[in-house]
Amino acid sequence: MEETSMEEHEQTLETEVAPALIAVHPTQQSVAAAVGSDLRVFILEEGCSVALVDDSAGPLHKDSIRAIRYGAKGRLFVSAGDDKLVKIWSTNSWRCICTVSSEKRVSALAISNDGLFVCFADKFGVVWVVDLDGSHENQPLVNKKAVPLLAHYCSIITSLEFSAEGRFIISADRDSKIRVTVFPKKPLDGAHEIQSFCLGHTEFVSCLAFVYSSDCPEGFLVSGSGDSTVRLWDLTSGSLLDIFEVGAEAGLVQSNGTEQEGYPAVTDLCATPDGSLISVAIQSLPGVMILSCDLSAKTLSIVKVVSITGEAFIPTSLGAASSAELLWMVMGVSNLHGSVSGSLARVRVISGFNKKKGNLLGTSLFCWKIMTFLVDSNFCRSYREICLSREKVFSAAAEAVKTALRNLLIQKTILC
Amino acid sequence: MLEQESNSTISKTTRLPRKRFYRARAHSNPLSDSHFPVPISPNQVDYPLHYPQLFPSSDQVDGSKKIQFADIGCGFGGLLISLSTLFPETLMIGMELRDKVTEYVKERILALRIAIPGQYQNVSVVRTNSMKYIPNYFEKGQLSKMFFLFPDPHFKEKNHRRRVISPHLLDEYAYALGVGGIIYTITDVEELGEWMKSCLDGHPMFEALTHEELEADPVVKLLSSATEEGQKVARNGGQTFQAVYRRIARCL
Repeated sequence: MEETSMEEHEQTLETEVAPALIAVHPTQQSVAAAVGSDLRVFILEEGCSVALVDDSAGPLHKDSIRAIRYGAKGRLFVSAGDDKLVKIWSTNSWRCICTVSSEKRVSALAISNDGLFVCFADKFGVVWVVDLDGSHENQPLVNKKAVPLLAHYCSIITSLEFSAEGRFIISADRDSKIRVTVFPKKPLDGAHEIQSFCLGHTEFVSCLAFVYSSDCPEGFLVSGSGDSTVRLWDLTSGSLLDIFEVGAEAGLVQSNGTEQEGYPAVTDLCATPDGSLISVAIQSLPGVMILSCDLSAKTLSIVKVVSITGEAFIPTSLGAASSAELLWMVMGVSNLHGSVSGSLARVRVISGFNKKKGNLLGTSLFCWKIMTFLVDSNFCRSYREICLSREKVFSAAAEAVKTALRNLLIQKTILC
Repeated sequence: MLEQESNSTISKTTRLPRKRFYRARAHSNPLSDSHFPVPISPNQVDYPLHYPQLFPSSDQVDGSKKIQFADIGCGFGGLLISLSTLFPETLMIGMELRDKVTEYVKERILALRIAIPGQYQNVSVVRTNSMKYIPNYFEKGQLSKMFFLFPDPHFKEKNHRRRVISPHLLDEYAYALGVGGIIYTITDVEELGEWMKSCLDGHPMFEALTHEELEADPVVKLLSSATEEGQKVARNGGQTFQAVYRRIARCL
């Protein structure tokens, strides 16, 4: 009896739970956080949240948001998810300048470096592109149609990225594949020329990041996966440059080596452009692991593991500005079964980031008063009440996110 | 004696496997996840396993000789067997999703290798889902010929996306084929024939072979005559529709 109810519990969790996401403006002008269908943007200088203006009727997003990001040097912001809508916002006015409908739920987003194109991937493995030509802040574009750009056959695309100079678009899927495709001058005709495949991961690829230098302006690709490794790749050839075993390093690998506990998945990556600091969020690790990439030697090595003690804070998403002095982390999950409040998320910040290795104030973790907020769907609940129950809730949240991530990405059957 | 003969999967007279013990449905679901091992990358493909005489030990896999022909959905192996003697110096492989059918082809190749020593050492078969795993088997530009003979038509419009020739999958086939490589398709379903032709016409990295080039290519005749499916169509007096295209360099 107990087993079936647990199974049912897991069933509902895997369909409802969405991990909290965070994105940081390239110049750290603002920070956006999303949990469930809630999207909040905070202007840091003013220390307050911004009212997002959307001319379409009803709430901004009607279902869980699965991807958010800033693009075009911070001029644009996009959000998309299970409600099959991709919303493109201007970061000047925080007005939704364009809403694009997707046939299926959206799993990943990317904005071209020049801000002319937005690409999004749906749950069936198709990457769509929409051009933003002619969009103005005061005249929201309606009914912009997206066209298919490329596809991973029947595979959930977990991450989309443009290379540092925009020459390539990289798509990673849950079948351990990373595809590097030439982003053409006319993307609306499709991206047909595959540059390479970066093959080597043995589990789903969960996140991508870029590091680049003046010697290699197009950059190297960094990927994180469910196989508990972070890998460094050369884009043109698809060859593996280096591999870092994250699970073993963090001391999370159990001696009995059972699959579930033994290989904690890498859940998110955030890299400084020059690769000096790569933050890695790992399932079951309360804190982050900081790696460094030596661009000339093309290797990955560990800097340190920053632990967050005293609470079950396992980041679900990481973000940093280009200058990256602060690493932003969010932990949270939507629609937690049996929770007092609808969605819960907490943001924490690590400072001293991007300083030279020797000076990294890893343990100096603080809760920036202005930015410690609870993204809560029920506005009436008092802050104090929430604080009291939050510890238990966050522990449950940590478990829920772990289960949801595992179930979401290691599904054995996809229905196309 | 007679009983033994009729129950054995290998015919005592010809020493070749008997098809009736390897019967399988024509259709197989390409969407269900694999329970077969997939190489992590092309350099993990087990050459000694597939071509034991040519690669006696793993040390000899120096990368100079690679698979160049791939028969996608090779069925009972008719085309591969014909190609093997036509191109004895070329390594070729068949990819098939159905378990029993793959077993049949394996047995057939083994039996032929024993029956005619020295021949059929360049052909093999693997059970895999080619719609998902082509990049795992073949490096960029590795193949010079790809075959799609009588693929599943997936008649319903909502299932068109499951067709093995589609605009998106052609990107992957263009990746695996070297410039100048040829893709051969044939079907007895007219609508599918038109579909495949229009997908290839619409793809910037493929161009149709001219009539003269088709006449000159010895492989083209094999498309309708070498396979079990093709022979069945001929027996029933059906029409076939072929589309043969060359992989070209992309003009930007």
